[in-house]
Amino acid sequence: MAQAVIIDRLDNVATATAELQRGDVVELPGYSITIAENISFGHKFALCAIPVRGQVVKYGESIGRATADIAPGAHVHVHNVESLRGRGDLA
Amino acid sequence: MNFNGYIRPQGKFGIRNHVLILPASVCASTVAANIARNVPGCVALNNVFGCCQVGADATQSVRTLVNTAANPNVGAVLVVGLGCEGLEPLPMADAIAKFGKPVQVLVIQKEGGSVTAEARGIAIARELADTISRQGREPIDIAELILGLECGGSDTTSGLAANPALGVTSDLLIALGGAAMLSETTELIGAEHVLTRRAVNDAVKEKLLKIVHDCEERAKSMGVDLRGSQPTPGNIAGGLSSIEEKSLGCIHKAGTTPLMGVLEYAEMLTGKGMYMMDTPGQDVVSMTGMAAGGAQVTVFTTGLGTPAGHPIMPVIKATGNHGTFTRMSDNIDIDLGGIIDGTLTIEDAGQILFDEMLAVANGKLTKAEELGHTEFSIYRIGPTF
Repeated sequence: MAQAVIIDRLDNVATATAELQRGDVVELPGYSITIAENISFGHKFALCAIPVRGQVVKYGESIGRATADIAPGAHVHVHNVESLRGRGDLA
Repeated sequence: MNFNGYIRPQGKFGIRNHVLILPASVCASTVAANIARNVPGCVALNNVFGCCQVGADATQSVRTLVNTAANPNVGAVLVVGLGCEGLEPLPMADAIAKFGKPVQVLVIQKEGGSVTAEARGIAIARELADTISRQGREPIDIAELILGLECGGSDTTSGLAANPALGVTSDLLIALGGAAMLSETTELIGAEHVLTRRAVNDAVKEKLLKIVHDCEERAKSMGVDLRGSQPTPGNIAGGLSSIEEKSLGCIHKAGTTPLMGVLEYAEMLTGKGMYMMDTPGQDVVSMTGMAAGGAQVTVFTTGLGTPAGHPIMPVIKATGNHGTFTRMSDNIDIDLGGIIDGTLTIEDAGQILFDEMLAVANGKLTKAEELGHTEFSIYRIGPTF
């Protein structure tokens, strides 16, 4: 069983399809990623360094903007990604 | 390819044969429910609105109720009104009668109260149920099916597994001449540029962009971050980080065929192929709109699990999360967890959903039907006065 999946070749995140532990090494097409922190099933981790304000890409499309520098293998979620849509709070 | 269904007037075809007990307003909903409870073959919908509504909001509510009654899964209708509500029962019954099916009206104030109204309503409902029970199923071309596409309680398996599988199902049905309906405009935000590439012409493209723009502006005009509601807390726990991510997974339900048109909420679909209906992302409100639009069946993908059904439209639940299927097997019909663990291809999963849709069209009950889930909720676009 695959431990994670990359949906599109443009993606800079992968989705865990198993419970991943810190230190696990996940082999994916074109990547060998050491998991930096525990990642729950269905959650994402970075495939490469994503700089603060950089686009987070899944399905080959932007799913939001990094709010911090994200290291390879780190958990990518609401603590370090923000949506750019429907943001009445920014108006 | 055929299914065995019910032939209705005006070239419509149903997969169920319900007597719908339709309350014109909240004031008639308890009487309607009590009538339905007493007569096999009848189902009531729970209308919690229907009075003190104005303008486009009132028009949309009437359209939703009338078009739900027009859905070909309904064989006959009993409209129940209090008698003084804004959404008047007699005009509503007249509008439904234009679809050629038997319609009766009951007005509680004329009958003299709940007890006499229920007794009279049970008598009328029994006659309607008796009449339509004489109709049998007949072979009908599968091209007459309209499939509703819904996802709710999403997690990341929705976009990876169940929604792409449902996209295959949509493509299979449309290849056979049928129609399918995507909905939930909120869940196009961040994915609209992907879907517009499939628009059949510029008018459809512009209409799609407009409904998404309007939806986003409604959120912004409230001065809030849409993230207070979308993704939901459950979506976030499941790994979805933004509305864009949720949307990009959501649109996989719509397969790969051209987008033929964009429908208003609860607008009746008359074409073939893939359509988008402008509904909110709230599942029950969305399915209420699609059933009014004429969908005879919906496939509902879920990551976290949800029980929602509909009064007259069977709702098939499928999940790509095997753990969720195991935890909520009361509610979920199909386990597509094999996609995630590599034992099931998305193409095979799409065929499984297609086969289930066909079985349900032929009369197989969904779990939501077996458990009596009849959730119904109209999309309100104005305040109550």
